Amino acid sequence: MNIIIAGDGKVGSTLTRLLSAEGHDITLIDTNMRVLEASQERYDIMAVHGNCAAMDVLLQAGVKDAELLIAATNADEVNLLCCTTAHGINPKLHTIARIRNPEYNSQIYKLRNIFGLSMPINPERQAASEIERLLKFPGFLRRDVFAKGRTEIVELRIDAKSKLLGTQLMDLPGIVKCRVLICAVLRGGQALVPNSGSFTFREGDRVFVTAPTKDLTTLLKSLGIITRRVRSCLLCGGGRVCIYLATALEKSGISVTVVEKDYGRCQQLSELLLDSTIIHGNAGDMDLLESEGLAKFDAVVTLTGEEELNMIVSLYANSVGVPQVITKLGHISNLGIIDTLNLGSVVCPKDLVANNIVRYVRAMQNQTGAAVSVHSIADGQVEAMEFHVDETTKGCGIPLKNLKPKANVLIASITHGSVTEIPNGDSVFHAGDIVVVVTTGRGSIRQLNDIFV
Amino acid sequence: MNYKMMGRFIAQILSIEGLFMVPALLIGLFQGESGAVQGFVWTLLLTAAAAGALFLLCRNAPSAFYAKEGLVCVGVSWVVLSLVGCLPFYISREIPSYIDAFFEIVSGFTTTGSSILADVESLSRSILYWRSFSHWLGGMGVLVFLLAFTGEKGKGFTMHLLRAESPGPSVGKLVPKMRKTASILYLLYIALTVADVIFLLLGDMPLFDAVCTAFGTAGTGGFGIKNDSIAGYSPYLQNVTTVFMALFGINFSCYYLLLLGQVRSVFKDEELRLYLGIIFGAVVLIVLNLRGFYGTLEETVRHAAFTVSSIMTTTGFATTDFDLWPAFSKAIIMLLMIVGACAGSTGGGLKVARLLLLLKSLRRNISQVLKPRKVQLVRNNGTVVDEKILDNANAYLAAYVVILFVSYLIISLDNFSVGTNFTAVLACFNNIGPGLEAVGPTCNFSGYSTLSKLVLCFDMLAGRLEIFPMLVLFSRSTWRRT
Repeated sequence: MNIIIAGDGKVGSTLTRLLSAEGHDITLIDTNMRVLEASQERYDIMAVHGNCAAMDVLLQAGVKDAELLIAATNADEVNLLCCTTAHGINPKLHTIARIRNPEYNSQIYKLRNIFGLSMPINPERQAASEIERLLKFPGFLRRDVFAKGRTEIVELRIDAKSKLLGTQLMDLPGIVKCRVLICAVLRGGQALVPNSGSFTFREGDRVFVTAPTKDLTTLLKSLGIITRRVRSCLLCGGGRVCIYLATALEKSGISVTVVEKDYGRCQQLSELLLDSTIIHGNAGDMDLLESEGLAKFDAVVTLTGEEELNMIVSLYANSVGVPQVITKLGHISNLGIIDTLNLGSVVCPKDLVANNIVRYVRAMQNQTGAAVSVHSIADGQVEAMEFHVDETTKGCGIPLKNLKPKANVLIASITHGSVTEIPNGDSVFHAGDIVVVVTTGRGSIRQLNDIFV
Repeated sequence: MNYKMMGRFIAQILSIEGLFMVPALLIGLFQGESGAVQGFVWTLLLTAAAAGALFLLCRNAPSAFYAKEGLVCVGVSWVVLSLVGCLPFYISREIPSYIDAFFEIVSGFTTTGSSILADVESLSRSILYWRSFSHWLGGMGVLVFLLAFTGEKGKGFTMHLLRAESPGPSVGKLVPKMRKTASILYLLYIALTVADVIFLLLGDMPLFDAVCTAFGTAGTGGFGIKNDSIAGYSPYLQNVTTVFMALFGINFSCYYLLLLGQVRSVFKDEELRLYLGIIFGAVVLIVLNLRGFYGTLEETVRHAAFTVSSIMTTTGFATTDFDLWPAFSKAIIMLLMIVGACAGSTGGGLKVARLLLLLKSLRRNISQVLKPRKVQLVRNNGTVVDEKILDNANAYLAAYVVILFVSYLIISLDNFSVGTNFTAVLACFNNIGPGLEAVGPTCNFSGYSTLSKLVLCFDMLAGRLEIFPMLVLFSRSTWRRT
């Protein structure tokens, strides 16, 4: 597929990496020659230097033959103009624009036809809703949703107090009082797919569990992770994510405290957030955090623009015993070192958005049997994909034990209508079902039939 | 300082005043009151001469006109307005002392309603009409009238005039054009006044009484044309007056929003809610406190509601001598005197809007004592209030307190009781009318010395014009050549 990516920044380069790996023809547009050269050296793509909102530049980038345009420059207005112009040249073009300014939020969705926009994306907003979902189930480091919200893959960390520490996989049904499936374990930066019953959980493991959404509470309870509803939350850093998040948290009645170092920004926050307490000060000032009662918060979310500060504050919050800590990282999320630190959940806006767009691209390609959504889990080493089963799918109605899937593939859940089943050897899928497949072979699975040898 | 422009404004104001004296003159001619007719005719001749001379002198005024000119112009206009307005009283010999006449008309224009007359009923009808009409004109403001109905080209500076004359912590236009804003305000004002007259006529009040009472109610003034104020009228007429007093104490932009159909935003208005809440709460407390004071519950509620509405809106009509009430009720009345009506109404006092801002900023400051690094903004109806407006409200309170106590100190020279002196200042400064004890609803201000009367006149003007236009008249930097 011909894809134009305008803006070679955080999101742009992540997308370039993901989409070129999937075999698409990528054309990058940016005003900065240096960045373009760097991208050209790393990936097999074409680069066009210039203003992406200008018609000449778009024509040069081949907008007439392109199927998708992703505008992800740092200016919302440029992104919009780029999409509107490109859509004017090529009405069949799908366009995705990154719009971050909260003030444009409502009009972008309502007026997207006028802008010639297929989908607006907002990294900060997605990060905020991701964090909000995590706060609803304290105890999970991450939640990925499949099958219209009926199935989830959740991430747990095995710490010194965990009930799972030292137990073997075959003992799991005795501890957990609901059907779950361990689809991956991340140990020392390496993803494993446990397939023997004697697999033993160790401290520091990050475990990815597939479970029906309705059983999540049972899962947490039986693992001895007390799910106390989050009532108070400390947000460090008053950026855009903070505004989206604080607004959502205020709505669900959680008392929010925001620490922000810029006084003018504090005033803006205080204008936008009606019920939150806004504190003017540096989040790195531990005395300040102590005086605000850091240890008494149910949750601490670090959202400042400085990765290092976020990490330090999260480590500190964990050390004083805050039940739930969430860290926002912008650039350095995929380093193996992160999971050796006790940062709590890590949320990376650019990855969320990139995953979202990759999903959109796959849906565009959705010939028979292509994945409707793809989630990267376990630091991107494992992919979880959602497929719709139809008549052309091989193996319909045959028990799983009689099927021969590839070695690195696991069928994690089958959803019949509104019921999600965690499959065993006797489970079957039929046309119309939704199947979640987990694989360690990145990019090797495109269609459901690819899982078979 | 642009003296020529100010001269033109004053000439225009004198013309308007003269114009409004004509109906009073006609009433005098119709009733055959020779003394009063003489007074009006001489005043009109003098006014015409002065206005004509000013027009000639200030023909080609430069158009530079800024905030300072606006404030000074408003202050001077009101003083001139009063100096001329009292001439009919003085020339007709119905009020023999010029100072008393001046006090009376200042009390009229500032919608105070404090009087130096013991026997109001002895005045001639045309004088009574002029006295009551001064409330109506002063209520919405004579400069606003000028902006609404004369050909003064709408330049930016007119905002200074509106801001200086309209009460409230933040004055804004209703529509982009100043002239249209001022016309809307006046049309609403006229419509409500006419409605009041009609309701009073339905209760069989004589036309002259109805018009004069409606003028007093609309301007939240309080000059009665009877010695016993409203007490002699039927309960129906008293209740109509209660309701209309309360209505004139509401911000006029609320009525405009109602006309535009924005009912919800009007009833969500925090100031209006607090205003109605205070009235209701005060009535309930006074009714409870007055158990057994009057014969029936109906009478108790009627008098309590009338008095609360009258004092809160700073009108000053009375149906009963509330000076005889128990101390708790009198204390509530004194507090209501200070609170006053809504901003943008015809009422005086500190204004509910300002009280709301002061309380909110107080609460904010207290919470900042506990959390010194907390950043918190003050909101009004959901929108953020600029820090400058809060500063102004605090400065206003300070100026208010200073003037209150200095005035109190000066008039205490006359050796009346503490309660009398204090409530006399409160009543004049907040444009109410009657105070307590020797200046209570059944008494008057004639016992005070000339100095005290002048101080009280200043208080009335300062109260009506929200202090600063009067204060700048006494500031040296105002008159200094740059």
